[in-house]
Amino acid sequence: MSASGVAPVRDAASGEARPRLAGIGARLVPLLAGALSIAGFLALWQVVSKAGLISEQDLPAMTTTFQELWAMMHTRDFWTAFGQTVRGWALGLGIATALAVPIGILLGSSQFAGRAFRVPIEFLRPIPSAALIPLLFLTLGTTLKSEVFLAAFGAFWPLLVQTIYGVRDVDPVALDTARSFGIGRFERLYRIKLPSAVPYIATGLRISSAVALILAFTAELFMGIPGLGQIMNVAESFGLTKQVYALAVATGVLGLAIYMVFSTLERRALRWHPSQRIGAT
Amino acid sequence: MSKGAYRTAAIAAEIAVPIAILAAWQAWTAQAHDPKFPRLSTILVEFRELWLFSQFELHVVPSLTRIALGFGIALLVGVAIGIPLGLSRWGRILAMPHIEWWRAMPPPALLPISIVLLHSIGNRQKVSFIAFFCLFPILLNTIDGVRGIDPALMETARSYGVGRLERIGRIVFPAALPQIFAGMRTSLSLAVIMMVLTEYFSSTSGVGYVLLISKNTFQLAPMWAAIVLIGVLGYLLNVLLVLIEHRVLAWHRGWRAAAAQ
Repeated sequence: MSASGVAPVRDAASGEARPRLAGIGARLVPLLAGALSIAGFLALWQVVSKAGLISEQDLPAMTTTFQELWAMMHTRDFWTAFGQTVRGWALGLGIATALAVPIGILLGSSQFAGRAFRVPIEFLRPIPSAALIPLLFLTLGTTLKSEVFLAAFGAFWPLLVQTIYGVRDVDPVALDTARSFGIGRFERLYRIKLPSAVPYIATGLRISSAVALILAFTAELFMGIPGLGQIMNVAESFGLTKQVYALAVATGVLGLAIYMVFSTLERRALRWHPSQRIGAT
Repeated sequence: MSKGAYRTAAIAAEIAVPIAILAAWQAWTAQAHDPKFPRLSTILVEFRELWLFSQFELHVVPSLTRIALGFGIALLVGVAIGIPLGLSRWGRILAMPHIEWWRAMPPPALLPISIVLLHSIGNRQKVSFIAFFCLFPILLNTIDGVRGIDPALMETARSYGVGRLERIGRIVFPAALPQIFAGMRTSLSLAVIMMVLTEYFSSTSGVGYVLLISKNTFQLAPMWAAIVLIGVLGYLLNVLLVLIEHRVLAWHRGWRAAAAQ
Protein backbone atom coordinates (compact mmCIF):
# COMPACT_ATOMS: atom_id res chain seq x y z
CA MET A 1 0.00 0.00 0.00
CA SER A 2 0.94 3.61 -0.24
CA ALA A 3 2.82 5.52 2.38
CA SER A 4 -0.29 6.74 4.05
CA GLY A 5 -1.97 3.40 3.85
CA VAL A 6 -4.10 1.85 6.49
CA ALA A 7 -3.14 2.80 9.96
CA PRO A 8 -3.41 0.12 12.58
CA VAL A 9 -6.04 0.56 15.23
CA ARG A 10 -3.62 0.96 18.05
CA ASP A 11 0.04 1.46 18.54
CA ALA A 12 0.99 -2.11 18.09
CA ALA A 13 4.73 -1.87 17.95
CA SER A 14 5.41 0.25 20.94
CA GLY A 15 2.88 -1.60 23.01
CA GLU A 16 2.57 1.54 25.04
CA ALA A 17 -0.72 2.15 26.68
CA ARG A 18 -2.33 5.24 25.29
CA PRO A 19 -2.83 7.92 27.88
CA ARG A 20 -6.39 7.57 28.98
CA LEU A 21 -7.33 11.19 28.96
CA ALA A 22 -10.98 11.87 29.08
CA GLY A 23 -12.96 13.07 26.05
CA ILE A 24 -11.79 16.39 24.71
CA GLY A 25 -8.41 16.25 26.41
CA ALA A 26 -7.38 13.14 24.49
CA ARG A 27 -7.76 15.03 21.25
CA LEU A 28 -6.73 18.45 22.41
CA VAL A 29 -3.40 17.56 24.00
CA PRO A 30 -1.81 16.05 20.85
CA LEU A 31 -3.18 18.93 18.80
CA LEU A 32 -1.66 21.41 21.20
CA ALA A 33 1.65 19.55 21.23
CA GLY A 34 1.72 19.60 17.44
CA ALA A 35 1.05 23.33 17.39
CA LEU A 36 3.78 23.88 19.97
CA SER A 37 6.16 21.85 17.85
CA ILE A 38 5.46 24.09 14.85
CA ALA A 39 5.87 27.20 17.00
CA GLY A 40 9.17 25.81 18.21
CA PHE A 41 10.39 25.42 14.67
CA LEU A 42 9.39 28.96 13.73
CA ALA A 43 11.14 30.28 16.85
CA LEU A 44 14.27 28.32 15.99
CA TRP A 45 14.23 29.79 12.49
CA GLN A 46 13.96 33.28 13.98
CA VAL A 47 16.82 32.72 16.43
CA VAL A 48 19.17 31.09 13.92
CA SER A 49 18.76 34.05 11.59
CA LYS A 50 18.75 36.86 14.18
CA ALA A 51 21.69 35.43 16.14
CA GLY A 52 23.65 35.25 12.91
CA LEU A 53 24.25 31.49 12.97
CA ILE A 54 23.24 31.80 9.35
CA SER A 55 23.49 35.35 8.09
CA GLU A 56 20.25 37.20 7.50
CA GLN A 57 21.28 37.61 3.91
CA ASP A 58 21.14 33.88 3.35
CA LEU A 59 18.30 33.13 5.73
CA PRO A 60 15.95 36.06 6.32
CA ALA A 61 14.32 35.91 9.74
CA MET A 62 10.98 34.16 10.04
CA THR A 63 9.23 37.46 10.82
CA THR A 64 10.88 39.18 7.85
CA THR A 65 9.76 36.39 5.54
CA PHE A 66 6.18 36.49 6.72
CA GLN A 67 6.12 40.28 6.51
CA GLU A 68 7.35 40.00 2.93
CA LEU A 69 4.70 37.40 2.17
CA TRP A 70 2.02 39.59 3.75
CA ALA A 71 3.16 42.55 1.66
CA MET A 72 3.16 40.43 -1.49
CA MET A 73 -0.33 39.21 -0.74
CA HIS A 74 -1.48 42.79 -1.09
CA THR A 75 -0.23 43.03 -4.66
CA ARG A 76 -2.20 41.98 -7.66
CA ASP A 77 0.88 40.47 -9.32
CA PHE A 78 1.11 37.84 -6.64
CA TRP A 79 -2.46 36.69 -7.02
CA THR A 80 -2.20 36.72 -10.82
CA ALA A 81 0.85 34.46 -10.59
CA PHE A 82 -0.86 32.30 -7.99
CA GLY A 83 -3.87 31.90 -10.26
CA GLN A 84 -1.64 31.06 -13.24
CA THR A 85 0.08 28.30 -11.31
CA VAL A 86 -3.24 26.89 -10.16
CA ARG A 87 -4.54 27.05 -13.73
CA GLY A 88 -1.57 25.13 -15.12
CA TRP A 89 -1.93 22.57 -12.33
CA ALA A 90 -5.68 22.13 -12.80
CA LEU A 91 -5.53 21.82 -16.60
CA GLY A 92 -2.65 19.35 -16.39
CA LEU A 93 -4.33 17.20 -13.76
CA GLY A 94 -7.68 17.39 -15.58
CA ILE A 95 -6.23 16.26 -18.91
CA ALA A 96 -4.21 13.52 -17.24
CA THR A 97 -7.34 12.22 -15.47
CA ALA A 98 -9.47 12.37 -18.61
CA LEU A 99 -6.88 10.24 -20.44
CA ALA A 100 -5.51 7.96 -17.73
CA VAL A 101 -8.78 6.67 -16.27
CA PRO A 102 -10.40 5.43 -19.52
CA ILE A 103 -7.12 4.02 -20.84
CA GLY A 104 -6.46 2.41 -17.46
CA ILE A 105 -9.90 0.79 -17.46
CA LEU A 106 -9.30 -0.52 -20.97
CA LEU A 107 -5.82 -1.89 -20.22
CA GLY A 108 -6.99 -3.26 -16.89
CA SER A 109 -10.06 -5.09 -18.15
CA SER A 110 -8.52 -6.62 -21.25
CA GLN A 111 -5.69 -9.02 -20.62
CA PHE A 112 -4.70 -8.77 -24.24
CA ALA A 113 -4.41 -4.98 -24.28
CA GLY A 114 -2.69 -5.02 -20.88
CA ARG A 115 0.06 -7.28 -22.12
CA ALA A 116 0.43 -5.55 -25.47
CA PHE A 117 1.21 -2.20 -23.84
CA ARG A 118 3.07 -3.46 -20.79
CA VAL A 119 6.56 -2.89 -22.16
CA PRO A 120 6.01 0.62 -23.58
CA ILE A 121 4.41 1.69 -20.30
CA GLU A 122 7.21 0.22 -18.20
CA PHE A 123 9.70 2.15 -20.30
CA LEU A 124 7.88 5.46 -20.51
CA ARG A 125 6.80 5.63 -16.88
CA PRO A 126 10.21 6.15 -15.26
CA ILE A 127 11.22 8.91 -17.70
CA PRO A 128 11.35 11.99 -15.50
CA SER A 129 9.08 14.54 -17.13
CA ALA A 130 11.62 17.21 -16.19
CA ALA A 131 13.85 15.72 -18.90
CA LEU A 132 11.31 16.85 -21.49
CA ILE A 133 11.74 20.55 -20.66
CA PRO A 134 14.42 21.26 -23.31
CA LEU A 135 12.30 19.54 -25.93
CA LEU A 136 9.27 21.61 -24.92
CA PHE A 137 11.32 24.79 -25.24
CA LEU A 138 11.83 23.94 -28.91
CA THR A 139 8.37 22.63 -29.73
CA LEU A 140 5.59 24.25 -27.70
CA GLY A 141 7.74 27.16 -26.53
CA THR A 142 7.38 29.14 -23.33
CA THR A 143 3.63 28.97 -23.29
CA LEU A 144 0.88 27.65 -21.08
CA LYS A 145 0.71 24.68 -23.46
CA SER A 146 4.17 23.55 -22.37
CA GLU A 147 3.28 23.87 -18.70
CA VAL A 148 0.05 21.93 -19.13
CA PHE A 149 1.72 19.26 -21.23
CA LEU A 150 4.43 18.76 -18.63
CA ALA A 151 1.99 18.62 -15.72
CA ALA A 152 -0.32 16.26 -17.63
CA PHE A 153 2.54 13.98 -18.70
CA GLY A 154 3.82 13.66 -15.14
CA ALA A 155 0.38 13.18 -13.61
CA PHE A 156 -0.71 10.64 -16.23
CA TRP A 157 1.47 7.69 -15.14
CA PRO A 158 0.60 7.29 -11.45
CA LEU A 159 -3.09 7.56 -12.32
CA LEU A 160 -2.82 5.08 -15.17
CA VAL A 161 -1.03 2.50 -13.07
CA GLN A 162 -3.43 2.89 -10.14
CA THR A 163 -6.47 2.56 -12.44
CA ILE A 164 -5.08 -0.60 -14.04
CA TYR A 165 -4.44 -2.13 -10.59
CA GLY A 166 -7.87 -1.07 -9.42
CA VAL A 167 -9.73 -2.66 -12.31
CA ARG A 168 -7.67 -5.86 -11.98
CA ASP A 169 -8.40 -6.06 -8.28
CA VAL A 170 -12.14 -6.49 -8.86
CA ASP A 171 -13.66 -9.40 -6.95
CA PRO A 172 -13.95 -12.25 -9.50
CA VAL A 173 -16.90 -13.75 -7.63
CA ALA A 174 -18.87 -10.52 -7.95
CA LEU A 175 -18.02 -10.38 -11.63
CA ASP A 176 -19.00 -14.00 -12.28
CA THR A 177 -22.19 -13.59 -10.29
CA ALA A 178 -23.13 -10.57 -12.37
CA ARG A 179 -22.33 -12.46 -15.54
CA SER A 180 -24.43 -15.47 -14.57
CA PHE A 181 -27.32 -13.15 -13.82
CA GLY A 182 -27.04 -11.95 -17.38
CA ILE A 183 -25.85 -8.44 -16.57
CA GLY A 184 -24.35 -6.94 -19.71
CA ARG A 185 -20.75 -5.97 -20.36
CA PHE A 186 -21.33 -2.26 -20.06
CA GLU A 187 -23.35 -2.53 -16.88
CA ARG A 188 -20.73 -4.81 -15.33
CA LEU A 189 -18.11 -2.18 -16.06
CA TYR A 190 -20.23 0.57 -14.63
CA ARG A 191 -21.61 -1.22 -11.58
CA ILE A 192 -18.81 -3.55 -10.54
CA LYS A 193 -15.45 -2.71 -12.07
CA LEU A 194 -15.57 1.05 -11.68
CA PRO A 195 -16.71 1.15 -8.05
CA SER A 196 -14.06 -1.34 -7.07
CA ALA A 197 -11.42 0.75 -8.84
CA VAL A 198 -12.49 4.03 -7.24
CA PRO A 199 -10.26 3.77 -4.14
CA TYR A 200 -7.25 3.07 -6.35
CA ILE A 201 -8.11 5.98 -8.61
CA ALA A 202 -8.43 8.19 -5.53
CA THR A 203 -4.94 7.19 -4.42
CA GLY A 204 -3.68 7.85 -7.94
CA LEU A 205 -5.31 11.28 -7.87
CA ARG A 206 -3.62 12.15 -4.60
CA ILE A 207 -0.21 11.24 -6.01
CA SER A 208 -0.87 12.87 -9.37
CA SER A 209 -2.20 16.10 -7.88
CA ALA A 210 1.16 16.60 -6.14
CA VAL A 211 3.13 15.65 -9.25
CA ALA A 212 1.12 18.05 -11.42
CA LEU A 213 1.85 20.95 -9.06
CA ILE A 214 5.56 20.14 -8.97
CA LEU A 215 5.73 20.09 -12.76
CA ALA A 216 3.61 23.21 -13.28
CA PHE A 217 5.97 25.04 -10.92
CA THR A 218 9.04 23.50 -12.57
CA ALA A 219 7.87 24.66 -15.99
CA GLU A 220 7.43 28.19 -14.65
CA LEU A 221 10.77 28.22 -12.86
CA PHE A 222 12.85 26.89 -15.75
CA MET A 223 10.93 28.04 -18.81
CA GLY A 224 9.75 31.45 -17.65
CA ILE A 225 6.09 30.63 -18.13
CA PRO A 226 4.09 33.12 -16.04
CA GLY A 227 3.26 31.93 -12.52
CA LEU A 228 4.73 31.59 -9.04
CA GLY A 229 7.77 29.77 -10.40
CA GLN A 230 8.57 32.57 -12.79
CA ILE A 231 8.41 35.32 -10.16
CA MET A 232 10.61 33.18 -7.93
CA ASN A 233 13.13 32.89 -10.75
CA VAL A 234 13.08 36.67 -11.26
CA ALA A 235 13.46 37.32 -7.51
CA GLU A 236 16.34 34.87 -7.40
CA SER A 237 18.21 36.46 -10.27
CA PHE A 238 17.85 39.92 -8.68
CA GLY A 239 19.11 38.53 -5.39
CA LEU A 240 15.83 39.32 -3.59
CA THR A 241 16.28 36.58 -1.04
CA LYS A 242 13.38 37.69 1.15
CA GLN A 243 11.00 37.33 -1.78
CA VAL A 244 12.39 33.92 -2.69
CA TYR A 245 11.69 32.68 0.84
CA ALA A 246 8.23 34.22 0.93
CA LEU A 247 7.37 32.60 -2.41
CA ALA A 248 8.64 29.24 -1.18
CA VAL A 249 6.31 29.50 1.82
CA ALA A 250 3.40 30.42 -0.46
CA THR A 251 4.13 27.48 -2.76
CA GLY A 252 4.40 25.18 0.24
CA VAL A 253 1.00 26.32 1.49
CA LEU A 254 -0.49 25.64 -1.95
CA GLY A 255 1.12 22.18 -1.96
CA LEU A 256 -0.19 21.43 1.52
CA ALA A 257 -3.71 22.59 0.62
CA ILE A 258 -3.77 20.36 -2.47
CA TYR A 259 -2.44 17.43 -0.46
CA MET A 260 -5.06 17.88 2.24
CA VAL A 261 -7.95 18.12 -0.20
CA PHE A 262 -6.92 15.03 -2.13
CA SER A 263 -6.04 12.88 0.87
CA THR A 264 -9.46 13.69 2.37
CA LEU A 265 -10.98 12.65 -0.93
CA GLU A 266 -8.96 9.45 -0.81
CA ARG A 267 -10.14 8.59 2.70
CA ARG A 268 -13.74 9.19 1.64
CA ALA A 269 -13.36 6.96 -1.40
CA LEU A 270 -11.88 4.27 0.80
CA ARG A 271 -14.50 4.41 3.49
CA TRP A 272 -16.57 1.49 2.25
CA HIS A 273 -13.52 -0.49 1.16
CA PRO A 274 -12.78 -3.73 3.07
CA SER A 275 -9.30 -2.48 4.00
CA GLN A 276 -10.93 0.23 6.10
CA ARG A 277 -13.27 -2.10 7.89
CA ILE A 278 -11.85 -2.95 11.26
CA GLY A 279 -11.63 -6.67 11.75
CA ALA A 280 -12.58 -7.48 8.18
CA THR A 281 -9.72 -9.85 7.63
CA MET B 1 -10.50 -18.51 -29.72
CA SER B 2 -9.12 -21.21 -27.48
CA LYS B 3 -7.28 -20.29 -24.34
CA GLY B 4 -3.92 -21.36 -25.70
CA ALA B 5 -4.32 -19.38 -28.89
CA TYR B 6 -5.38 -16.34 -26.86
CA ARG B 7 -2.27 -16.55 -24.74
CA THR B 8 -0.03 -16.94 -27.80
CA ALA B 9 -1.65 -13.91 -29.38
CA ALA B 10 -1.12 -11.89 -26.19
CA ILE B 11 2.57 -12.80 -26.05
CA ALA B 12 2.94 -11.96 -29.72
CA ALA B 13 1.35 -8.58 -29.09
CA GLU B 14 3.64 -7.97 -26.12
CA ILE B 15 6.61 -8.34 -28.44
CA ALA B 16 5.09 -6.77 -31.54
CA VAL B 17 3.65 -3.56 -30.08
CA PRO B 18 6.94 -2.05 -28.80
CA ILE B 19 8.63 -2.93 -32.08
CA ALA B 20 5.77 -1.38 -34.01
CA ILE B 21 6.01 1.81 -31.96
CA LEU B 22 9.76 2.11 -32.57
CA ALA B 23 9.30 1.37 -36.28
CA ALA B 24 6.56 4.00 -36.54
CA TRP B 25 8.80 6.55 -34.80
CA GLN B 26 11.65 5.77 -37.19
CA ALA B 27 9.36 5.94 -40.23
CA TRP B 28 7.73 9.18 -39.13
CA THR B 29 11.00 10.95 -38.26
CA ALA B 30 12.58 9.74 -41.51
CA GLN B 31 9.91 11.34 -43.67
CA ALA B 32 9.26 14.41 -41.49
CA HIS B 33 12.78 15.85 -41.88
CA ASP B 34 12.11 17.98 -38.81
CA PRO B 35 15.42 18.88 -37.14
CA LYS B 36 13.62 18.91 -33.78
CA PHE B 37 12.79 15.25 -34.22
CA PRO B 38 15.89 13.50 -35.54
CA ARG B 39 15.56 9.96 -36.83
CA LEU B 40 15.50 7.27 -34.19
CA SER B 41 18.56 5.71 -35.80
CA THR B 42 20.42 9.05 -35.59
CA ILE B 43 19.57 9.30 -31.89
CA LEU B 44 20.81 5.79 -31.24
CA VAL B 45 24.08 6.42 -33.05
CA GLU B 46 24.51 9.62 -31.05
CA PHE B 47 23.66 7.73 -27.89
CA ARG B 48 26.42 5.24 -28.54
CA GLU B 49 28.96 7.92 -29.37
CA LEU B 50 28.20 10.06 -26.35
CA TRP B 51 27.43 7.61 -23.59
CA LEU B 52 29.25 4.40 -24.57
CA PHE B 53 31.60 5.60 -23.22
CA SER B 54 33.33 8.81 -24.30
CA GLN B 55 31.33 11.18 -22.08
CA PHE B 56 30.42 8.55 -19.53
CA GLU B 57 33.04 9.46 -16.98
CA LEU B 58 32.66 13.19 -17.49
CA HIS B 59 28.89 13.42 -17.09
CA VAL B 60 27.20 10.12 -16.26
CA VAL B 61 29.47 9.29 -13.33
CA PRO B 62 28.84 12.64 -11.56
CA SER B 63 25.09 12.21 -12.01
CA LEU B 64 25.12 8.66 -10.69
CA THR B 65 27.33 9.68 -7.77
CA ARG B 66 24.85 12.37 -6.79
CA ILE B 67 21.96 9.94 -6.98
CA ALA B 68 23.82 7.30 -4.97
CA LEU B 69 24.95 9.70 -2.23
CA GLY B 70 21.63 11.52 -1.98
CA PHE B 71 19.62 8.31 -1.95
CA GLY B 72 22.00 6.62 0.48
CA ILE B 73 21.86 9.49 2.97
CA ALA B 74 18.06 9.60 2.70
CA LEU B 75 17.87 5.87 3.36
CA LEU B 76 20.09 5.97 6.45
CA VAL B 77 18.44 9.03 7.93
CA GLY B 78 14.93 7.91 7.02
CA VAL B 79 15.26 4.52 8.71
CA ALA B 80 17.19 5.93 11.68
CA ILE B 81 14.48 8.51 12.40
CA GLY B 82 11.57 6.42 11.17
CA ILE B 83 11.99 3.52 13.59
CA PRO B 84 11.93 5.60 16.80
CA LEU B 85 9.05 7.66 15.41
CA GLY B 86 7.12 4.51 14.57
CA LEU B 87 7.60 3.30 18.14
CA SER B 88 6.79 6.54 19.91
CA ARG B 89 3.38 8.15 19.76
CA TRP B 90 4.66 11.39 21.23
CA GLY B 91 7.50 11.45 18.78
CA ARG B 92 4.98 11.26 15.97
CA ILE B 93 2.75 13.93 17.48
CA LEU B 94 5.71 16.30 17.59
CA ALA B 95 7.28 15.38 14.24
CA MET B 96 4.32 14.79 11.92
CA PRO B 97 3.39 18.45 11.33
CA HIS B 98 6.92 19.07 10.05
CA ILE B 99 7.02 15.92 7.95
CA GLU B 100 3.62 16.71 6.40
CA TRP B 101 4.72 20.23 5.55
CA TRP B 102 8.01 19.35 3.90
CA ARG B 103 6.67 16.42 1.95
CA ALA B 104 3.89 18.61 0.51
CA MET B 105 6.41 21.30 -0.51
CA PRO B 106 7.06 21.17 -4.29
CA PRO B 107 10.83 20.51 -4.50
CA PRO B 108 11.71 23.05 -7.21
CA ALA B 109 10.46 25.83 -4.91
CA LEU B 110 13.45 25.11 -2.64
CA LEU B 111 16.01 24.94 -5.44
CA PRO B 112 17.08 28.62 -5.30
CA ILE B 113 17.06 28.51 -1.49
CA SER B 114 19.29 25.45 -1.42
CA ILE B 115 21.94 27.37 -3.35
CA VAL B 116 21.77 30.46 -1.14
CA LEU B 117 21.69 28.48 2.09
CA LEU B 118 24.46 26.03 1.30
CA HIS B 119 26.71 28.47 -0.56
CA SER B 120 27.27 25.84 -3.18
CA ILE B 121 26.35 24.87 -6.68
CA GLY B 122 28.48 21.75 -6.48
CA ASN B 123 27.90 18.35 -5.03
CA ARG B 124 27.20 19.67 -1.54
CA GLN B 125 24.07 21.44 -2.75
CA LYS B 126 23.02 18.79 -5.26
CA VAL B 127 23.46 15.81 -2.95
CA SER B 128 21.74 17.61 -0.03
CA PHE B 129 18.82 18.55 -2.26
CA ILE B 130 18.38 15.00 -3.56
CA ALA B 131 18.75 13.54 -0.05
CA PHE B 132 16.24 15.96 1.47
CA PHE B 133 13.41 15.12 -0.93
CA CYS B 134 14.19 11.39 -1.08
CA LEU B 135 13.90 11.29 2.71
CA PHE B 136 10.14 11.62 3.02
CA PRO B 137 8.86 8.53 1.18
CA ILE B 138 11.36 6.37 3.08
CA LEU B 139 10.63 8.03 6.41
CA LEU B 140 6.84 7.79 6.08
CA ASN B 141 6.95 4.19 4.94
CA THR B 142 9.30 3.23 7.77
CA ILE B 143 6.94 4.81 10.31
CA ASP B 144 3.98 2.99 8.76
CA GLY B 145 5.86 -0.28 8.60
CA VAL B 146 6.87 -0.09 12.26
CA ARG B 147 3.35 0.80 13.32
CA GLY B 148 1.93 -2.16 11.46
CA ILE B 149 3.85 -4.79 13.44
CA ASP B 150 1.78 -7.50 15.10
CA PRO B 151 1.59 -6.51 18.79
CA ALA B 152 1.71 -10.17 19.81
CA LEU B 153 5.23 -10.39 18.37
CA MET B 154 6.45 -7.47 20.43
CA GLU B 155 4.77 -8.63 23.61
CA THR B 156 6.11 -12.14 23.23
CA ALA B 157 9.64 -10.81 22.79
CA ARG B 158 9.23 -8.57 25.79
CA SER B 159 7.93 -11.33 28.02
CA TYR B 160 10.92 -13.45 27.02
CA GLY B 161 13.10 -10.65 28.26
CA VAL B 162 14.47 -9.59 24.86
CA GLY B 163 16.05 -6.16 25.31
CA ARG B 164 14.91 -3.01 23.56
CA LEU B 165 17.76 -2.75 21.07
CA GLU B 166 17.56 -6.42 20.22
CA ARG B 167 13.81 -6.12 19.70
CA ILE B 168 14.44 -3.33 17.23
CA GLY B 169 17.19 -5.22 15.39
CA ARG B 170 15.46 -8.60 15.29
CA ILE B 171 11.78 -7.77 15.10
CA VAL B 172 11.03 -4.14 14.27
CA PHE B 173 13.51 -3.62 11.46
CA PRO B 174 12.88 -6.90 9.59
CA ALA B 175 9.12 -6.54 9.96
CA ALA B 176 9.20 -2.99 8.58
CA LEU B 177 11.58 -3.90 5.75
CA PRO B 178 8.98 -4.70 3.07
CA GLN B 179 7.42 -1.30 3.57
CA ILE B 180 10.83 0.39 3.73
CA PHE B 181 11.51 -1.07 0.28
CA ALA B 182 8.23 0.36 -0.98
CA GLY B 183 9.43 3.78 0.16
CA MET B 184 12.82 3.20 -1.43
CA ARG B 185 11.23 2.58 -4.81
CA THR B 186 9.37 5.89 -4.69
CA SER B 187 12.49 7.68 -3.46
CA LEU B 188 14.72 6.25 -6.14
CA SER B 189 12.56 7.53 -8.98
CA LEU B 190 12.41 10.87 -7.15
CA ALA B 191 16.21 10.87 -6.94
CA VAL B 192 16.50 10.72 -10.74
CA ILE B 193 14.07 13.64 -11.12
CA MET B 194 15.88 15.69 -8.46
CA MET B 195 19.20 14.94 -10.15
CA VAL B 196 17.91 16.36 -13.44
CA LEU B 197 16.41 19.43 -11.73
CA THR B 198 19.55 20.30 -9.75
CA GLU B 199 21.68 19.87 -12.86
CA TYR B 200 19.50 22.26 -14.83
CA PHE B 201 20.09 24.95 -12.24
CA SER B 202 23.67 26.24 -12.00
CA SER B 203 25.69 23.23 -12.95
CA THR B 204 28.83 22.34 -14.85
CA SER B 205 28.53 18.60 -15.17
CA GLY B 206 26.00 15.81 -15.30
CA VAL B 207 23.42 14.43 -17.68
CA GLY B 208 20.93 17.21 -16.90
CA TYR B 209 23.62 19.76 -17.72
CA VAL B 210 24.37 18.10 -21.06
CA LEU B 211 20.66 18.04 -21.84
CA LEU B 212 20.30 21.76 -21.20
CA ILE B 213 23.51 22.76 -23.02
CA SER B 214 22.66 20.72 -26.11
CA LYS B 215 19.29 22.43 -26.26
CA ASN B 216 20.87 25.88 -25.84
CA THR B 217 23.31 25.18 -28.68
CA PHE B 218 20.67 23.50 -30.87
CA GLN B 219 22.50 20.19 -30.93
CA LEU B 220 19.36 18.18 -31.18
CA ALA B 221 20.67 14.66 -31.58
CA PRO B 222 22.73 14.93 -28.35
CA MET B 223 19.69 16.43 -26.64
CA TRP B 224 17.59 13.43 -27.60
CA ALA B 225 20.40 11.08 -26.64
CA ALA B 226 20.42 12.67 -23.18
CA ILE B 227 16.66 12.29 -22.82
CA VAL B 228 16.93 8.62 -23.78
CA LEU B 229 19.81 8.16 -21.34
CA ILE B 230 17.82 9.62 -18.45
CA GLY B 231 14.95 7.27 -19.28
CA VAL B 232 17.30 4.30 -19.44
CA LEU B 233 18.98 5.29 -16.15
CA GLY B 234 15.62 5.60 -14.40
CA TYR B 235 14.55 2.23 -15.73
CA LEU B 236 17.80 0.42 -14.88
CA LEU B 237 18.02 1.85 -11.37
CA ASN B 238 14.50 0.66 -10.70
CA VAL B 239 15.31 -2.82 -12.03
CA LEU B 240 18.39 -2.93 -9.81
CA LEU B 241 16.39 -2.03 -6.72
CA VAL B 242 13.70 -4.60 -7.51
CA LEU B 243 16.41 -7.27 -7.85
CA ILE B 244 17.90 -6.30 -4.48
CA GLU B 245 14.46 -6.29 -2.91
CA HIS B 246 13.77 -9.73 -4.34
CA ARG B 247 16.90 -11.10 -2.69
CA VAL B 248 16.60 -9.31 0.63
CA LEU B 249 12.92 -10.06 1.07
CA ALA B 250 13.09 -13.71 -0.03
CA TRP B 251 12.22 -14.77 3.54
CA HIS B 252 9.20 -12.48 3.49
CA ARG B 253 7.71 -14.02 0.36
CA GLY B 254 8.27 -17.51 1.73
CA TRP B 255 6.57 -16.55 4.95
CA ARG B 256 3.62 -14.98 3.16
CA ALA B 257 3.19 -17.99 0.90
CA ALA B 258 3.21 -20.28 3.95
CA ALA B 259 0.73 -18.09 5.76
CA ALA B 260 -1.62 -18.11 2.79
CA GLN B 261 -1.90 -21.88 2.75
